This record gives sequence, structure tokens and C-alpha cells, in this order.
Amino acid sequence: MAEHTTRVVDKVTGTETTGHEWDGIRELNTPLPRWWLWTFYMTIIWSIGYWIVYPTWPLVSSYTSGLLGWQSRQAIIDDLAALKTQRASMVDRIAETPLQEILSDQTLIDFARAQGRTAFADNCAPCHGAGGGGAKGYPNLNDDDWLWGGKLDDIAFTIRHGVRSNDADTRMGSMPAFGRDKILSRPDILAVTDYVRSLSSLAVPANANLAVGKKVFADNCAACHGDAGKGNREIGAPDLTDQIWLYGSDRNTIIEGLMNGRGAVMPAWGQRLDDTTIKSLTVYVHTLGGGQK
Amino acid sequence: MRHTTTLSIKSMSVSEGGLALALAALALVSFFIATMAHTPEYAFHASLFAVGSAIAVFAIVERYFNRPVGPAPLTIDGKPNYNMGPVKFATVAAMVWGIAGFSVGVWAALELAFPVLNFDLPWLSFGRIRPLHTSAVIFAFGGNVLIATSFYVVQRTCRARLAGDLSPWFVVLGYNFFIVVAGTGYLLGITQSKEYAEPEWYADLWLTVVWVVYLLVFLGTIMRRTEPHIYVANWFYLAFILTIAVLHLGNNAAIPVSLFSPKSYIVWSGVQDAMVQWWYGHNAVGFFLTAGFLAIMYYFIPKRVDRPVYSYRLSIIHFWALIFLYIWAGPHHLHYTALPDWAQTLGMTFSIMLWMPSWGGMINGLMTLSGAWDKLRTDPVLRMMVVSVAFYGMSTFEGPLMSIKAVNSLSHYTDWTIGHVHSGALGWVGYVSFGAIYCLVPWLWNRRELYSLKLVNWHFWISTIGIVLYISAMWVSGILQGLMWRAYTSLGFLEYSFIETVEAMHPFYVIRALGGILFLLGALIMAFNLWMTVASAEEETPQLQTGSPVLVPAE
Amino acid sequence: MSLWSKHAIFEKNAIVLIIGVLIVISIGGLVEIVPLFYLKSTIERVSGVRPYTPLELAGRNIYVREGCYNCHSQMIRPLRDEVERYGHYSLAAESMYDRPFQWGSKRTGPDLARVGGKYSDEWHRDHLNAPKSVVLGTVMPAYPWLARTELDFTHIADDLKVQSYLGVPYSPEMIANAAADLRAQAVSDSPDAEAVEKRYPNAQSRDYDGNPGTISEADALIAYLQMLGTQVNFKLYDNKANIR
Ligand code: HEC
Ligand code: HEC
Ligand code: HEC
Ligand code: HEM
Ligand code: HEM
Ligand SMILES: [Ca+2]
Ligand SMILES: [Ca+2]
Ligand SMILES: [Cu+2]
Repeated sequence: MAEHTTRVVDKVTGTETTGHEWDGIRELNTPLPRWWLWTFYMTIIWSIGYWIVYPTWPLVSSYTSGLLGWQSRQAIIDDLAALKTQRASMVDRIAETPLQEILSDQTLIDFARAQGRTAFADNCAPCHGAGGGGAKGYPNLNDDDWLWGGKLDDIAFTIRHGVRSNDADTRMGSMPAFGRDKILSRPDILAVTDYVRSLSSLAVPANANLAVGKKVFADNCAACHGDAGKGNREIGAPDLTDQIWLYGSDRNTIIEGLMNGRGAVMPAWGQRLDDTTIKSLTVYVHTLGGGQK
Repeated sequence: MRHTTTLSIKSMSVSEGGLALALAALALVSFFIATMAHTPEYAFHASLFAVGSAIAVFAIVERYFNRPVGPAPLTIDGKPNYNMGPVKFATVAAMVWGIAGFSVGVWAALELAFPVLNFDLPWLSFGRIRPLHTSAVIFAFGGNVLIATSFYVVQRTCRARLAGDLSPWFVVLGYNFFIVVAGTGYLLGITQSKEYAEPEWYADLWLTVVWVVYLLVFLGTIMRRTEPHIYVANWFYLAFILTIAVLHLGNNAAIPVSLFSPKSYIVWSGVQDAMVQWWYGHNAVGFFLTAGFLAIMYYFIPKRVDRPVYSYRLSIIHFWALIFLYIWAGPHHLHYTALPDWAQTLGMTFSIMLWMPSWGGMINGLMTLSGAWDKLRTDPVLRMMVVSVAFYGMSTFEGPLMSIKAVNSLSHYTDWTIGHVHSGALGWVGYVSFGAIYCLVPWLWNRRELYSLKLVNWHFWISTIGIVLYISAMWVSGILQGLMWRAYTSLGFLEYSFIETVEAMHPFYVIRALGGILFLLGALIMAFNLWMTVASAEEETPQLQTGSPVLVPAE
Repeated sequence: MSLWSKHAIFEKNAIVLIIGVLIVISIGGLVEIVPLFYLKSTIERVSGVRPYTPLELAGRNIYVREGCYNCHSQMIRPLRDEVERYGHYSLAAESMYDRPFQWGSKRTGPDLARVGGKYSDEWHRDHLNAPKSVVLGTVMPAYPWLARTELDFTHIADDLKVQSYLGVPYSPEMIANAAADLRAQAVSDSPDAEAVEKRYPNAQSRDYDGNPGTISEADALIAYLQMLGTQVNFKLYDNKANIR
């Protein structure tokens, strides 16, 4: 492998080649482009400057923390504090003002609704729908039909502690599994299903035995849903006489509920969201349309 | 075949015998594992190994009986007796995998635009399809392009036959076998979830063996060279092969739950695992998708324009600076995460310093055209390669920009990253590969020219429109998404819910899918063109085009 | 010219070139990775982070298998919009038992680092089964096969054992009880739930998939999702103590 350097000058560029050739490929000995070299130097100098002021080099038991003393975790503390200050005037007023009084001050309402809308969109909408319209098993929040009460305090309590959640003060009470646990026979279940449908004037089969249904209802259901089926907000038993259904009004859905029981879970938000956010959410939900005095 | 030397007795070489024995043993072990496997998916893979290695043993024995007595001569009439069989295979494989990978990419893009296309099927769902796409394009398409070109270039620029007798074939076939195992694994839910390193432990082990042989073949060929100096393309190939080996071992250090289980647990955890992963992930970009493809550029561009490389000095500086600096930049994938701040600073500053060394490659590629720019008008293949270098310049400008923490706080997690990836992937990796393959196929199959330059032109324009649609849609959606996530109302509350940002992406996902379809269409045109090139009548005399290699049939 | 010609050493000798490359590519990785193992500030000192229960681990492996990380991050950055949207930024300590880590790099869907407790099991069930049934505009695929497929945990003890080799504090007792603990955690009102909770503080035991008869893959995955981000009590956590 003898060195055979035959430097020639490339005619087009006037630059010398290095004299080597591989499969017909040669190389020019062009010097480094100045602008390229200087930009490279600039990036190095900039980096060194950055290292001096920001945390950079790992050492034996710590690292160089930089002249600015900047830390991403201090930065977020400061940033959140700034945000808090920006919102402070209003947030503090929400925090101080009792729920009832917030409703009599339009600026507070507007502010609370703005905060509530944001919190609702990312936390509640996946269940209750974007506008609070609900879905099967997840109640509609903008009608005036309430499982647990539509007064401000009721709503706040539901949000803070949830329903059948793992919060210590959660709202409790669920519908038994009459079929699965063999409390009621199949014919009784069919009968009470038709009776319940008749309560809200839904069509029932001609051969439906409403009398039996009525009796079954009085013996088994009235304790929770009330004699007239008007529901009980203490234990979240829905009103069965309105046209509003949590799960649905078709026979199969009702039968399924009677067979397996009902008891949907709403998470408790008291641990996850701060107090003013919950207050604002309460106002937001209350003003969706169905809030009660 | 003109063979002059004859030895009296034909005997099985050590490599033939050794490899056959090793593979026979592997077949047995795999068969045993298949019968004991914890899951049917793993049993399927073990059977693939068993069948694959049994076929390989058969092929080795068969070849032994059919081959001439002596080993293939290194030279014939004083000219190197190049071994182009494996190169041809890898070239074809690259095209096939490329089309498969682009199609899966199109499907993934369509799934994001129209989720019904997941069809509620496990193996078709986005979470399994996406790694299939990334591995198919990077490792199956890109990897075969790299193996094909590296085996070609190292022979030509060293004027030496590829080292090893069976080993080049072992590399090519073994690598493609790895691809099959990896790809079917994803569809069946076998993954270790490390991005760009999803295959499980047994596939990783196999790849390690293949890769070490690859390194040895490449190195052995360089050692045989008849040129005193090693050409710059080979520096890059060598750095690529070596570094990928190191990265692969570091990032896949895992212990299997059992020999009979496909599942393994990585030895690193949490924040350290994240750092190791992106040390790997970023340098998979730096050494697989950059260094390797720069090597391609360094051979095929000067060859195609028939001009000397612009600057030897720039080659030296940008080579060493590139490989030194790249390794440090991994933490830019972990900005603002639980990775300590000091490491993030290193990642950011080294990414900035990486800008000029990256552009050194672009300058050397583009300026090699000085004095021959007019060829761009007439040669669409050259145009493709030059545009690829321009895309390389663009994405290596965008990369450092995105590494700045303030920018990354917006771009991270969004489609901006996807746009950046694909300007590099479609523009740079895709186009430089296409250019190289367009050059290679006529050379390998002894054809004077491609079947149709006009079709290359069509390919170029259709896919360029595709790329533009893809990356501009992703820039807009990425920046929009980033801005929506952080948008605050005047009262100081978040303006948009997450789902609103998802819905806002829809039109851009449709445009992106359209872009992808055009890119795929281009590749199909290319495949047709190459097919017709090979199918056309064989050239009588080896081609005369300047600088074009003169080929001698292998074996 | 003189300095440039020195480079010939590398160009003429492949071994020298290889060694040169090896040295040059080693430095950055070593400087960035090794200190993460010895610098005390890398992982915060917090209480509450424990290894995954066998059921959660099985769920996590399904999360990995289905490739959820392709769309979901599990890393809340210390930026105000993320902290407000998802909760407290993620600590390094919270993923110290994650093999492999699941921080992700793309948020096609929301961050999941603190999704635990945010929704009910029923919601997750509906959502995994058919995401569009609860969130109309979503692009998340449906995973109906999870609820249909029985969880295979015959070898779960081996999983714990391998992790214990790697330094995860799974005690011999935990390994011995792995399958039993998994079974106990996946049903409501199990008499063994207390034992599970003793070994794995704050582990929640119940039937997660609404199908008490079987332990399905959905049981495991929902159990995993419901514990995500719940281990550290941020009411007690002192931000200033761990500025790092
Ligand atoms: C995992 C799903 C889920 C999420 C998330 C959720 N809820 Fe609920 N919510 C429910 C269910 C289920 C009920 C009904 C419980 C029942 O059946 O008694 C309910 C009930 C309510 C009620 C009582 C309705 C009534 O008629 O008395 C209010 C008020 C309410 N949710 C507000 C909210 C707010 C505000 C948020 C967000 C901070 C929220 N919910 C998040 C599932 C959810
Ligand atoms: C222990 C109290 C209790 C008893 C007894 C009870 N229920 Fe209920 N019922 C509830 C509660 C609580 C709910 C709401 C569950 C929820 O919100 O998920 C409910 C829900 C329902 C619903 C669904 C309403 C809707 O809007 O979809 C129907 C129908 C119903 N009950 C019928 C009956 C009938 C018929 C009986 C007697 C056979 C009965 N319930 C006995 C507590 C009870
Ligand atoms: C194609 C992307 C994609 C894949 C793959 C995907 N998701 Fe999602 N995911 C989404 C999107 C988009 C949302 C937001 C809308 C919604 O709630 O469906 C989401 C929401 C969620 C949520 C609710 C988060 C919240 O805070 O509201 C959970 C939990 C979830 N996904 C879990 C999973 C799991 C577990 C897997 C894998 C088995 C998975 N996802 C796979 C896109 C995806
Ligand atoms: C037809 C052409 C292609 C289409 C339609 C396409 C489409 C896609 C889609 C839809 C994704 C997922 C994005 C997301 O999760 O939001 C993706 C990711 C990716 N693609 Fe492609 N792709 C194409 C070609 C390529 C090529 C040629 C390469 C590489 C050589 C490539 C490399 C990648 C990589 C690396 C990712 C992962 C990016 C990340 O995680 O940040 N793609 N592609
Ligand atoms: C100087 C050169 C480059 C730098 C500094 C750089 C920097 C970056 C940055 C900052 C990200 C985003 C990380 C995040 O926020 O998650 C990124 C992602 C990515 N880049 Fe580059 N880039 C460079 C060149 C390239 C090139 C040439 C390619 C070739 C295809 C490429 C491929 C990718 C890929 C695939 C990802 C996605 C990784 C993931 O899965 O998250 N990059 N790059
Ligand atoms: Ca990614
Ligand atoms: Ca179950
Ligand atoms: Cu990177």
C-alpha cells in the first residue's frame, strides 16, 4: 500500500485535491468555510456562557449549580405564585364569600363560572359530557332533576366527597340487586318493571299485572323511592315518576338494574381540586340551568 | 463462471461447518423452547427460529455440494472479484420493506384521522401499528439500505472483495430475519416499549450476533483494502456500525423472566432508564439515520455528479465533531421532565453545538456540485439526493432549535416533533436512499440506465408534494396544539380542554394522511421503474458511463 | 497543512480509527449517565412510593403490550399549564420502580401520570371498551378484548423474582404470595385484602372490571390506572425540600 499522492488542481474550482482517489472519487482540499467555523465557535462560546449561569456539570457529590441559581422546580413555584397573584383579587373573594352570596354578585358569578368551566372541561366532561348533558349512567347536570339535591350546598358536597367514592364522607346508598341476590322472583321483577314504567306514563303491555307490581313496589321499593316513587335525595334514590332516566326507560334496562342493582360511582374531588375550584364548580354546575334555591 | 484454480479435494470450510453446527444447535434449542413456551406468541417465534435455522443449515450444506472446490477468488485478472449477491438482496429487501413501512405509516395516519380504522382488532390498533411503522421504516427500510450500500461502497472504495465467505450472507439474511421477528412481535403484543428498541430480549440477542458479524465483515474488508487511505464514507459507516452496537447493548440490558417467556425487565429503572433510553434514541437518530446516511451521501453524490468531494478538511472536522457532540444531546428528549436540570442543560447546549457539525455534512454534499449544478436539471436522481441534503440541513437546523428549552416546552409531546421527524425521515433518509437505490440498481444488474428517468421525475414531484403536505400539516398542528395546551383566558384559567385540542387536530391529520399517500405512491412508481430496469434485456458489455463500476459476477 | 496530515493516522489504520471513535463516543454517555446513579439529588426522598402489586404489575405489562405509551405520557412537566391540568409535576421518585419507564414522548391523548382515582372503574371499563361511548371526539382505539380475555398470571411470581434481582424491594414473602395477592386484589370484599394492603400499603382491592366471576386483563389494567400517581401524598410533600 504505497502512498501515491498526486495532487492536482481541480480546473473548475481552482482548488488542489488531496491526491487520493477511491473508485474515481477525489477530494478537494478546500479550507474550512470561515462563516461555518465562526458560527461553530459562536455556538461553543454561547454554550460555555450558558454553563456558567445554569446548572450543568455533574461533580462528585453535587453539580455546578450556575451563577443564576436557576432551578426548574423553583421556577414552577414562582410561576404558580405569579399566577396566583394574578388571580388573587378574585380568587380570594370567591374563597371568602359564602356560596349563596356569590350568586348575588354578577362579577363573582362570571369569575366563578370561568374557573368552573375550565375545571369542568378537563375533569367532569368525560363523564357528564361537554355541556353537562350527561350520558347513560352519568346524570345530566343542566336539568332540574337531582339525585342528591340541587341546592348549592348539596352540589358542593357531592363534588367534594363524591358518590359511593372512597372518600370517608362520601354519599352512600345503592340499589340492591333484587334478582341476583334472589330477593325478588322473575315474575315480580317483570311486574314491578311495568309498574315503574306506568308511573311515568310509559306504555305497558296489555297483559301487565300492575296490581302485583304496585304491591311489590310498596314492599320493596318505597322505602327508598318513596310511596309515590318520587325518590329520596337523602340516599340518592331517583324520582321514578318524571321522564328523566339515569340509565334509561326501556324495559330491559330497568330489568337489568333490578337484577344486578345500581350504584354508580362519582369520584370525590376534595383531594384533587382546591377549595375555590370546587366552589366555582358548584356555581358553574348550579348555573347550568337546574340549580335550586 | 471462470474458475482456474482447482484444489484436488473439496472439504467443508471451518466457517461452513461451524455455522451449520451452530445453527443446528439453535434449531434444536428453539424447538425445545417452542414446546415449553409460556405463551403461544412466543412459541410461534421460537418455531420461526427453529424453522429459520433449519433452512439455513440445509442451505449451507446444499451450497457446499454445489460450490467449486476452492473459495471464491479475491481477484480475477487482477481486478477485485466483488461479492454483490448480498448487496442485491438487501437492495430488494429495502424496497419491499420501504413500501410496507410507508403503507403502515399511511394506515397509522388514517387511524388518527378516522379511529374506526382500528377495527377493534388487537393487532391493528394504533399502539401496536405505530412501532411497526417506525421499525419498518427505520430498521427494515433504512437498515437494508445501509447494509446494501455499505457492502457496496466498502468494496468499491477499498477495491477489495467483501471479507468472509458465508458471513456477508449471514448478516443480510440474519438481519432480515430479525426484522420479521420484531415486526410480527409488535403485532402480537411482544414489545419492551422502549422507543426504537421495542424488540424483546431474544430478538435483541440475535441482533447482537448479527451486528457483531456485520462489524467484522466491514472491518475485514477495510483491512483488505488496496487503497492506503480509508475513504470518508467508510469512516461514517464504521462509526455508525460501532456506535449502534454500543447503544444497542446499553439500552437493551434486560433480564428475561424465563427462558420460556418473551417478557423481560430492563436493568435500568425510572429516571436512569429514561436517560439511557434517550441516549440510545437520540443516537439512533445520530448514528443510524445520520452518520450512516451521510456515508451514503459521501459516495453516491460525488459519484453521480462526477465531481470531487468539496472539502477534505471539512470532512475531518465535521466527522469528529459530529460523533463527539451527538452522544451528549440525548437529554433534549427529556426537557422539563424529572431528569435533573444539569443533564438537561448538557443536552440543550450540546445540541446547539451540533448545528454546525451537522451542516458541515450538508455543505460537503451540496458544494460537491459546484461546477455541475446544471446536472440538476437533467438528472432527477441527482436532484433527489441534493434535495435530501437540503432537508438534512433543514432538520438539523430545526433540531437544535427544538432543543432550546423554551422552544421545547412548546414543541415537546406535540405533532411538531412528528413534523421534525418526518422532514428528516422522508426528506433526508427517504430521498438519499431513493437516490442511492436508483444509482445502485443499474450498476448491480448491469444495466446501462434506469428504465425511465421520466418516472423518476414523477416520483420526485409526487413525493415532494407529499412531504410538503406532511410536514407543513404537522408544523401547524403541532404549534397549534402546543399553543392550545398552554392558552390561558384573560381571567387566568386554561382556555381549552384536552379533548378540544384533539378535535382541532383532525383536519391536519387528514392532510398528513394525504401527504403520506402521495409519498407512498412515489415509492410504488419507483418500485415499478426498478422492476422494469431489471427486467429489461441484459447489457452486453459492462456499462461505460464515467465512474460507473465495472462489475464482475460474484462467485 | 501539517496538522491536517496528522489525520492520516486514522485514515491508514482501521484499528486506530475504531479506537478513536470508541473513545470519542464514550465520553458524553458516561458523563451524563453515570452521575445519575450516584448523585443523591437525582431521586427525591419521599415516602409512599412502593413497588407495584402483582395485579398492578400485570396491568402495567398490558399497558406496555398495547403500546399506550405511543399516545400517552406519564410525565407532568413543571410548567404551570400542565400542573393545572394534570396535577403536581411528576417526581423522579414516582417512577423509581418503573421497568421500563413510561414517560412517553407524544401526547395524542392526555397525560396519565395522575389519572388514578380521577374516574370510576365503570368509566374506565366503558372507555376501554369503546372510548367514543364516553368521549365523542376521541381518537383512542377501543380495547374490547381486554374485558373478554382472562388474565394469565401463572408466572407472576417469576416477574417479581426477576425484579427483585434487579433491586426492586420485593421480599421473599411477597414473591411467595404473588399469585394469591393478585387474586385477592382483583375481587371485592376479599378476606385477604388486608394482607395485600399490609404488603403493599394503600393497595385497593376490588373487582375492577364489573365481572366478579373472572379476573380479566381489564381488571389488571384498570387496577394499574387507578393507582397511577396516587402514591405520594402531595398534601404532605414539601416542594421546597426537593428543589434539587
Ligand atoms: C367517573 C365519572 C364522573 C366524573 C369524572 C364526575 N362525575 Fe359527577 N357524577 C358521576 C355519577 C355516576 C353521578 C351520579 C351518582 C349517582 O348515581 O348517584 C354523578 C353525580 C354528580 C352530581 C350530582 C347530580 C345529582 O343529580 O344530584 C353532581 C353535581 C356532579 N356529579 C358534578 C360533577 C362535577 C362538578 C365533576 C367534576 C369535578 C364531576 N361530577 C365529575 C360521575 C362522574
Ligand atoms: C336501598 C335503596 C333502594 C331500594 C330499596 C330500591 N332502589 Fe331503586 N334506586 C336506588 C338508588 C340509590 C338508585 C340510583 C342508583 C344510581 O344513581 O346509580 C336507584 C335507581 C333506580 C332506577 C333507575 C332510575 C333511572 O333514572 O335510570 C330504577 C328504575 C329503580 N331504582 C327502581 C327500583 C325498584 C322498582 C325498586 C324495588 C323493587 C327499587 N328501585 C328499590 C335505591 C333503591
Ligand atoms: C391513538 C391514541 C391513543 C391510544 C393508543 C390510547 N389512547 Fe387513551 N386516550 C387517547 C385520547 C385522544 C384521549 C382523550 C379523550 C378520551 O378520554 O378518550 C385518551 C384518554 C385516555 C384516558 C383518560 C385520561 C383523562 O385524564 O381523561 C385514559 C385513562 C386512557 N386514555 C388510557 C389508555 C390506555 C390504558 C391505553 C392503552 C391500552 C390507551 N389509552 C391508548 C388516545 C389514545
Ligand atoms: C408514507 C410515509 C409515512 C407516513 C404516512 C408516516 C406516518 C407516521 C405516523 C402517523 C406516525 C405517528 C405519529 C403520531 O404518533 O402522532 C409516524 C411516526 C414516525 N415515523 Fe412515519 N410516516 C411515514 C414515513 C416515515 C419514514 C420514511 C420514516 C423514517 C425513515 C418515518 C419515521 C417515523 C418515526 C421515527 C416516527 C415516530 C416519531 C416520534 O415518536 O416522535 N416515517 N409516522
Ligand atoms: C442537529 C441535529 C438534530 C437535533 C439537535 C435534533 C433535535 C431533536 C429534538 C429537540 C427533538 C424533540 C424531542 C422531544 O421534544 O421529544 C427531536 C426529535 C426527533 N428527531 Fe431530531 N434533531 C436533529 C436531527 C434529526 C435528524 C437528521 C433526524 C432524522 C431523521 C431526526 C429525527 C428525530 C426523531 C425520530 C425524533 C423523535 C424522537 C421521539 O420519538 O420522540 N432528528 N430531535
Ligand atoms: Ca416518540
Ligand atoms: Ca373481575
Ligand atoms: Cu434527539
